[in-house]
Amino acid sequence: MLSVALKQILVISGKGGTGKTVVTGAFAALAKNKVMVDCDVDAADLHLLLQPVVKERHIFKSGKTAVIDKKTCTECGECIAVCRFGAIKPGFVVENYSCEGCAFCANLCPAKAIEMRENVAGEWFISETRFGPLVHAKLGVAEENSGKLVAKIRQAAKELAQNKNSDYVIIDGPPGIGCPVIASLSGVDLAVVVTEPTLSGLHDAQRVMETASYFKVPVYFIVNKYDLNPEMTLKIEDFCKEKGVPMIGRIPFDKSVVNSMVAGKTIIEHVKGRTKEELVNIWEKIKQ
Amino acid sequence: MIISVASGKGGTGKTTIAVNLALSLENVQLLDCDVEEPNAHLFIDPVFEKKESSYIPVPVIDETKCNYCCKCRDVCEYKAIFAVKTGEQTGTVMVFSNLCHGCGACAYFCPKKAIKEVEKEIGVVETGHKGSLLFSRGALNVSEAMSPPLIRDVKKKINPAKTVIIDAPPGTSCPVITAVKGSDYCILVTEPTPFGLNDLELAVQVLEKIGIPHGVVINRSDLGDDKAEKYCKAKNIPILMKIPFDKEIALLYSKGIPLVREKQEYLEKFREMFREINCRVKEIKEGA
Repeated sequence: MLSVALKQILVISGKGGTGKTVVTGAFAALAKNKVMVDCDVDAADLHLLLQPVVKERHIFKSGKTAVIDKKTCTECGECIAVCRFGAIKPGFVVENYSCEGCAFCANLCPAKAIEMRENVAGEWFISETRFGPLVHAKLGVAEENSGKLVAKIRQAAKELAQNKNSDYVIIDGPPGIGCPVIASLSGVDLAVVVTEPTLSGLHDAQRVMETASYFKVPVYFIVNKYDLNPEMTLKIEDFCKEKGVPMIGRIPFDKSVVNSMVAGKTIIEHVKGRTKEELVNIWEKIKQ
Repeated sequence: MIISVASGKGGTGKTTIAVNLALSLENVQLLDCDVEEPNAHLFIDPVFEKKESSYIPVPVIDETKCNYCCKCRDVCEYKAIFAVKTGEQTGTVMVFSNLCHGCGACAYFCPKKAIKEVEKEIGVVETGHKGSLLFSRGALNVSEAMSPPLIRDVKKKINPAKTVIIDAPPGTSCPVITAVKGSDYCILVTEPTPFGLNDLELAVQVLEKIGIPHGVVINRSDLGDDKAEKYCKAKNIPILMKIPFDKEIALLYSKGIPLVREKQEYLEKFREMFREINCRVKEIKEGA
């Protein structure tokens, strides 16, 4: 039998709220033999559609925070002078969310009063859903290192997919173009950019496309709610033609998509008509 | 007075609220701190007078002075320096500037003074105006992972004599915290869907943790359910405004036209919201 290589497909957008998670949910319902990952670890939502049952729970430790021992501290002020993140406040108290864990202060402190403590920055999970396994995470409130947590769950999902001989890893990406997006793009076979027919949507899609190209990841475009401004949809299509990027679908604005979210179901399960048909077509094009 | 506009989930309408609030008031400065995907300028159409690069310091090692003691590697918490000693005066040392947070510890601790810090551009800060409205924005360079230093540079433009409005990035981690820190009040924009509510709860936890008073705007308030509103009532979080879904509003947004320009009734709504925020901030300050 021919063994097909594992394909990792990432859904991103640049701009938030264009429909990444709803589209990922539809792919989860349509694809056979796959593992899903939610890489929007800051504000994960895919679990609301897939309703996972957690099978494995792991602590995510990352980064360190300075802790000053008041008894040993001589209040010489050297730590305050060297900290470039303004994390040591008057009274020699460390503002945890400002500390970047560089340990400059701890290495410098003449009284050896500063200890670097490892942070528990979040948790990650391997779960079972009605569509197969989901790897997801929860970053602690006001924690950093979301890029590292993304890398961690991407790795876990890939290993799981290899063990299960899966055909696909389907990844719900974060918004933006920074650290967690870069970690999401690493080693994927295809990035599907979900955009909307607005000036902001186009502007942000361009930036996320440049980011994907920089990391040499091929890109497909989808316009969601395309009929809210058909003229802008045409502009996005022109942009895609000019850049040689395939535009593989136009999803109409459909209030029943909101109802499907409220019901905790994917579009494929809960929405009828053109919206669903278009997503089926889009998945067929990605599969090829 | 500094008011930031944030949300856990992307695409809920942060920029719409920030821009229209700014255009409804006098003596205002608007800062676009969503540096990964800045969009406010699309609505404001400002005249930019100034463009400044934003840098982080990264180390450069002068190998004529280096004796490969590896102290720099040992003090770097981010593994941004690779170094090995192979003989008395021989070895290898390399800097991975993408991993560097610019803390400066390596240069400080190098016994041979062989490390110099040079500036690496991560993005630009643009400053300008539209009429009497002062406007600044940051734009992160594509492929750069770290946005907080750029956000800090945008915030250096804050003019305390003005009412300052900050358009924050989505999420709950470092970029959001950097953007909202120091605000007198934060407006959280949500939509009444399970995704919106899930991410609103996370955003509220962030603001509680860093101690910023906050209220909620419910956008597209008639598309979804009433759980976001119930949540706010249960937590005693004021609902500052509700904006129902309206195709005309969506179309204006898609073209980059501010709502208050075309729908005058919203001018008064935004002014009313500002009065309410002002009252609450005063109450809190007097209470403290």
